[in-house]
Formats: sequence, structure tokens, C-alpha cells
Amino acid sequence: MPDDAPASETETAEVETPAPDAPEPAALSPNQEELLARLTSGLGDALIESTAVFSDVVARVRPDAWRRAAELARDELDCDYLSFIAGIDWSPAPKEGDADSSDTSSPAQPSEMTFGAAGSAGRFQVFAHVQSPRRKWGLTFKADVDEADPRVESWCDVYPGADWHERECWEMFGFVFDGHPSLRRLFLPANFEGHPLRKDFPLLARLVKPWPGLVDVEGMPDVGEEMSEDSDAATTDASATDAAATGEETA
Amino acid sequence: MSTTSTPSSTPPGPSGFELDRGALSHLAGAQVNVELDTGDMILNLGPQHPATHGTLRLVVRLDGERVVSADPVIGYMHRGYEKLSEFRTYPQVTTLINRIDWLSSFANEVPFLEAAEKLMDVEPPPRAKYIRTILTELSRIATFVLFLGEMGLQVGALTPAFYGFRDREHVLNLIEAATGGRFHPNFNRIGGLKDDLPWGWIAECRSAMKIVLDACDTFEDLVLNNEIFEARCRGIGIIPAEVGLSYGVSGSNLRASGVDWDLRRDGEPYLVYPDLDFKVWTHTDGDSWARYWVRLQETRESARMVLQCLDAMPAGPIMAKVPRIIKVPEGEVWVETENPLGQMGYYVISKGATGPFRVKIRSASFSNVSILPWLLKGVFVPDVITILASLYFILGDIDR
Repeated sequence: MPDDAPASETETAEVETPAPDAPEPAALSPNQEELLARLTSGLGDALIESTAVFSDVVARVRPDAWRRAAELARDELDCDYLSFIAGIDWSPAPKEGDADSSDTSSPAQPSEMTFGAAGSAGRFQVFAHVQSPRRKWGLTFKADVDEADPRVESWCDVYPGADWHERECWEMFGFVFDGHPSLRRLFLPANFEGHPLRKDFPLLARLVKPWPGLVDVEGMPDVGEEMSEDSDAATTDASATDAAATGEETA
Repeated sequence: MSTTSTPSSTPPGPSGFELDRGALSHLAGAQVNVELDTGDMILNLGPQHPATHGTLRLVVRLDGERVVSADPVIGYMHRGYEKLSEFRTYPQVTTLINRIDWLSSFANEVPFLEAAEKLMDVEPPPRAKYIRTILTELSRIATFVLFLGEMGLQVGALTPAFYGFRDREHVLNLIEAATGGRFHPNFNRIGGLKDDLPWGWIAECRSAMKIVLDACDTFEDLVLNNEIFEARCRGIGIIPAEVGLSYGVSGSNLRASGVDWDLRRDGEPYLVYPDLDFKVWTHTDGDSWARYWVRLQETRESARMVLQCLDAMPAGPIMAKVPRIIKVPEGEVWVETENPLGQMGYYVISKGATGPFRVKIRSASFSNVSILPWLLKGVFVPDVITILASLYFILGDIDR
């Protein structure tokens, strides 16, 4: 947490957060109203929850209706364009090291599990975005994935482009896509162990040396006081610049 | 084998039976045509093939000169940005995403920054939006001008490549003058920009756009209307619109297949595109030539858009009021933009911390290349190169 600057916190409190846990006001365009109506009538009780998130519609479907949702999207919502399929691991990110230090190596995340738009039943979710260039609408599907047996139906028959996305999701999260023609590794080497995008998979670079780490193997040259101040400020450089600009504006 | 050989007076051959030269040659012919099993050949294109921007390996199974099946092997440049983003603060993430599509780095930053700004409910001032639009279009021009030259190189014409590099230089100089970085500007801040434009930049930019428009004419004469280029590209690598859509092909590649869809016009409004007057170019052929044609027109259109922005640019601040420590409120947002290579999107999930909880990076080239196994089936080997070049992908944009 940003513990080094309590002053700036109070000063900017009003800019910062309009009640974070309140859902965004669902300002649906007529286009999206129609999309949601069709979705609701098409999926029936397989649609667990749907909500508008900014300009996007997020629909959470029952896991067993995952494939049916894709078919419905393609055939009845005209969403013939597949943007992506990916996974989410909602489990809280373990934070190594001292939570009170000012390091930015892993920005502190909440320590209990919370879910995003349209909720979730557990740790894993698969989500996908489909769009219709013709109707100029799109939506995000989410479905819960069982933690003990992470398994969902494949979309490959519906959208051929799902092939690579599912392979990526399989190696990164360990989700098995039933009906996928060949779940092979896509990015990672064949002997790689683990699923890197799961939250419990550590970022090894941060385990073996503390952030920001030694810039060079040799010691830094002795360049006096101002230089070392600079390097201290280096980690918060970007936000410092922001502050400078803000200062200018308010001055 | 010996059934057709007729007895004759020729001496016995090495294998013991009599040889008839006529029958033998007939046999040899029959053997080549019928009996000799021509096994498929597996050819590795890459990982270091010059037609790829980076390291893409293409395992193609060949029957003679024809591709039976092709399997792209990617991941050589996988840097794990989705994981790394979870360990960085929002301002730090821009450094990473700069390097996804390294030819148009500035355009990569825009959707992520938009996402953070949406969640924070911060809106950059108009001047910042204009400058962002200009720099986005400049990076589009830089990417496409290189393509326009380099595509010639892939089909055997060396000269256009040099013209491409030469003319891109003018654009890169502009980006460098404004941001300090030729390839990785890292110029965006949440809520605005790092700096205003330097003195004299606008006049400089105007003259550079003239050069770009001239360059487009050159490429049209030199490459597009070239007889050999047409012969190599017309009717090669046709992507039907519905196939392209189902594979998630986007951007100029999809517009070359006749899908009239440009997120600058059709998507959620971003930057100052709603204020600009521009045409979305489409072509109905869907072949390699159409993809070249569409990109050529889009380069011109981008130059015109930059000129429009320069004319309309308002004065004022370039940073909105943002807290010193950037904390993004809890929520999630999907932001997509029309990047030079196609649809680029970020699904950013925030838990109210200084860094994102999860960032799904949807990059254009990944989906554009995933159509290759379908597209390359049945084409000839030289056409593989034409198709790869005309799809125009950046490996960093595939592997992330």
C-alpha cells in the first residue's frame, strides 16, 4: 500500500475513489438493451448473472452452458468475431516481503478473495469476448471453473480461432478444454512445469533477488549525494512526474 | 516389376534378368509416376526467417511444392507480460506494453491507459487527447510505411524496402522529437502526457506528412501497380470475411476482406476520433494484394488525420489532476482500440491497489497468425512468404 505519502493521500482523497464496491451504473445503450434481451431469452436459466461494465456487457453463464453460449452468440447475437478466451484466478496474490516497505515489487492486493463483475463461485473462471462488427456490439462471457477439476467445453467447433486461445489458457491456467483437437503447449517450452498465470505460481525473478535489484553486477560508481537521491526516486519516477505536472496545473 | 519386360537379346542385367532398354525406360517412368512413393517433406521455415519480424517458426509439410499442412510454432519471444503486469504498478506497466508491438509502441499504451483512466474516472485534457491521437497515427504511419516497403522485399523487389526505411525515418524523427524515444516512447501518463510538444514540432510534422503522402504515391507506382507484384499477390492467400471473423482476424487484414469495421469509427469512442473526418477503406478481394492496397490507403488516411489534428489542436494543459500515487479503484474494464496491426484490447481487473490484479492482453497479431494453418493449406511455397508478409505481424505482438 502507498505508505510513504500520507500527505498526498489526504490531499487527493476526493479525486480518488467513488465508493469502489458500488457497481457501475448500468447505462445501457439501446443496442446493448437488445443484446441483453436476446441473450436472456436465448440462454434462459443458464444465464446466472449479467451486468453492464462501462461500455461492455458481462454475462456469467453456467459452466455446462459454456459452449451453448458461444453458439448462441454466433448464431443469434451475430457475434461472429472471437476476440479472446482467457482465464482468471481470483485467489489473492501472495505478497512476499514486508507489507510496510515502500517497494513496488508486487503492489499489495487484498488478502481475501473477492470477485469481479457478475461474480464467481470459486477461484477459477474462464472468460471470453465476442463481438459483432455488423451490429457493433460485443459482450464478455464468464463461466466458473471447478478448482479440483478445471474443465470446460471447447469453443473450437464454434469459433476456429478459439484453438490458440484455449491452448494458451490451458498452459497458463491448467484449464482443460473438452473437445479441443490438440491441447499442446503454445508459448512455453515442452518441459515447463506449472501454470504460470495462476496466482500461486511465483514470479521467480522476484524471488531470487529483491526489487528493484542491483542494476549492475559491479557496484555503482561513487558519484556523490545527488546521484544517490536520484536513484532512490527512480522507482516512483513516473508518479513523481505526474505530481509535478499536477502541481504546475494547480499552481 | 518384371511383368512387362519382354524377352530380348540384350545381355542380362546386374540383377539377373534380361534388360530391354525400351521397356526399362518405360518402367522407370512408371516407377516415378506410380510406384515411387513421394513422401511428404517437412520443411522448417524459420525461426529466423526474414519474412517474420522476430522469430516465428513455421513447420510446413510439403507435397512437392504444395503445402499440405502448416503449423506455426510461436513462443520464442514470450516474455510473460500478463504475469509481469501483476507485479508492477500502473505507471510501470506502460514500460512493458510498449514492447508488445514494438513498431507502434505508442499505440500499445493508449488502450491500457484508457482502461486505467476509465476505472479512475479521469479524463485527459483535450490537448493531451489530440497529441495522443497524433502520436498514435504517427506510429501507424511508421508501421505501415515500413510494411509498404518491406512487402516488396518479400516478393523479390529490393528497392522499396530502402524507400520504406527512408521514409519511416521522418516519422520516427518526429516521435523522437516529441517523446525522446524512437521506438519506445513511454510518453503516456495516466491522465495525460509527460510533456507538451516541442517548439516547431507542428511545422515539422506538417512537412513530414507531405513526405509520407509522396511516399505513398511512390509505393503505389513502384509496388502496387507493378506487374510482377500483382502476379505474386493477386488471388494469393484469400481470406473470406466469415473465416477471418471466426479466427479473430482484425484490422487491415479484415478490411481487405470486405468487412467494414474500424474501431476508431465503430468502437467505443476514444481519443479524438469522433471529431475527425476519415474514411474507412475496404477491399472486397481479401487477397494479399488487397491487404497491401488497404494499408496503402490507410497510410494516406492517417497522414490526413494527423494534418486535421494539427489544424484543430486546442491549447491548454496536458495533464489532468491525478493523485501522486496512482491507485485504481476496484473494478474491471475492457478497452479495445484500432491499432496498426488490428484490434488491441486490454481486460484490466483492478482490486483497488497500485497495480493491476489481472491484465488480459488481446493482441492483434496473435489472432491474425492463428489463421495460418487454415490459410496456408494448399498454397505453393513461394506464396507462403507472400502471405506471411501481407498478413503483417510483429512477433512481440503474437507472443507478448
